[in-house]
Amino acid sequence: MAIDQIRGGRKIGRYVLLVVMAAIVLFPIYVMVIGALKPGNKVLVNPLLPSNVTFSTITRAWRSGHLARALVNSSIVALVVTTAQVITSVMAAYAFVFLKFPGRTVVFVLFLATLLVPLEATLTVNRRTMQSLGWLNSYKGLTVPFLATAFGIFMIRQVFLTIPKEMREAASMDGLGHIGFLREVAVPLSRPTIGALALFAFLTSWNQYLWPVLITTNSDYNTVQTGIAALQRASLSQPNLVIAGTVIIALPIFVVLISFQRQLVRGLTAGAVKG
Amino acid sequence: MRQRRWRDSGLAVLMLGPSIVILGWFVVYPLVKAMILGTQRCSPSGSCPVHGGLQQYVDAFTSTQFQDALIVTIKYALITVPIGVVLGLALAVLADKYIRGIGIFRTIFSSTVATSVAVSSVMWFFLLNPNVGVLADLLGGVFKTPGLLQGKGTALWAVSASSIWANLGFTFIVITAGLQSVPKDLYESAYVDGANGLGRFTNVTLPLISPVLLFVTVVLTARAFESFAEVDLLTQGGPKGSTTTLTYLAYGRGLPTSSDDGLRATVSVLVFFVLLILALVQFRGLEKRVHYGN
Repeated sequence: MAIDQIRGGRKIGRYVLLVVMAAIVLFPIYVMVIGALKPGNKVLVNPLLPSNVTFSTITRAWRSGHLARALVNSSIVALVVTTAQVITSVMAAYAFVFLKFPGRTVVFVLFLATLLVPLEATLTVNRRTMQSLGWLNSYKGLTVPFLATAFGIFMIRQVFLTIPKEMREAASMDGLGHIGFLREVAVPLSRPTIGALALFAFLTSWNQYLWPVLITTNSDYNTVQTGIAALQRASLSQPNLVIAGTVIIALPIFVVLISFQRQLVRGLTAGAVKG
Repeated sequence: MRQRRWRDSGLAVLMLGPSIVILGWFVVYPLVKAMILGTQRCSPSGSCPVHGGLQQYVDAFTSTQFQDALIVTIKYALITVPIGVVLGLALAVLADKYIRGIGIFRTIFSSTVATSVAVSSVMWFFLLNPNVGVLADLLGGVFKTPGLLQGKGTALWAVSASSIWANLGFTFIVITAGLQSVPKDLYESAYVDGANGLGRFTNVTLPLISPVLLFVTVVLTARAFESFAEVDLLTQGGPKGSTTTLTYLAYGRGLPTSSDDGLRATVSVLVFFVLLILALVQFRGLEKRVHYGN
């Protein structure tokens, strides 16, 4: 039965609604892109229509905002955090599912309990820790606190639980140890979920704002988020530079998301679907 | 038997070790330490000579600043969460038909996931700012002075607009995934039973996607209570504290907390307990209405 198909007037009505909603959602992005393509003195003239199209504003924003450095910093931080979270999550999840040791359930519940602690509650003390270690304004400070998360461990544990125990027993009889089983069976079988975790970890790290604001004062360690904030504060008199800056830093992440749409959906819905 | 039980312990320690170190060092220890620090007052240099005891928590909680920030945060959540969920649901339902070009619309509705809260706040700053603002211009002179972000009654709504927009992509993606997991034969039997479009939506779709709606509600509420970047970049908590949320009260610029780690810890521990109570209430209240199937 084809109740998913609609015809005639209702179909046109739906298209009209879709176009109107798409226009509303895209409006802020449209205004920014148009603004970024105008020469500096024309940004506020007819902001809705392109005129005197030029890339000079974008190149000026690129240079004056030190955006290249910020993009490199954000990439380094997000890649380190993502790689580490995937490794630590896979290892810990493996221990919780396939290893026998006393207190396994208790330790797992303690791990889960850390999910209830919001970032805000820990940042003050973490900043003091960074200060005493001399890690303010450093990549260590930006990455080390986020090298492991209970969320990642929980997500990978859920998928490891779906691997039949008989597979482990059979592998064990064939003489395959835990490390071999992890590398050759468990990880390959869980690749989609690991990909989803990787994308989720990357986005979360890339989008962090409060922590970099708290522990960096040197603009050499600006991430794209604190970089665009600094650009906004510095260029209030030159809105065109900031507008171009937002376009520059939104673009790479937009490309990443378009390329990894499937992992994104899986990553974002990981908590919503019952396990 | 005893040997079997302990067999894997060595390997388990190795595999859990890195996570235990990181979570212990940067989640458990700082939480416990913050509770102690919250009873002290510190100097800008970081030493904490004054011990205020538990009374410091009572004083902070009953202070007008904290009460005001709590009310602002609740208002902010009451604006952004329902509007965010309803808009996301509406867009997801609108795009949940297989008609030509639907992929493009889905990509557009998901697109705001690509903008972080910081980037979207900077964008909205330029839409709303009365001196350069595009939207301010379009909406006409009424909003020119003092401007939506500077008006005591409008600033929170302006910040909300930016945040609702920034979260829309996330909400749309999650609800769309929920809609797609609804078995199609359920619609067909409802159709055979003579249910009209609205009936199918309220009796079939809504109950089946209620876990997804609960998830989105919980995430958006947490984001509202943890909002910092949008406040920092759009209003700095002003005008007259009308957009100072709880997290901004703890970590914002130019506030009593910004030069006193003790006071900052007091406020952030209080926020932790507020969030904990909120999580319990949400799960108690909503779990009953949620249909998990089977």
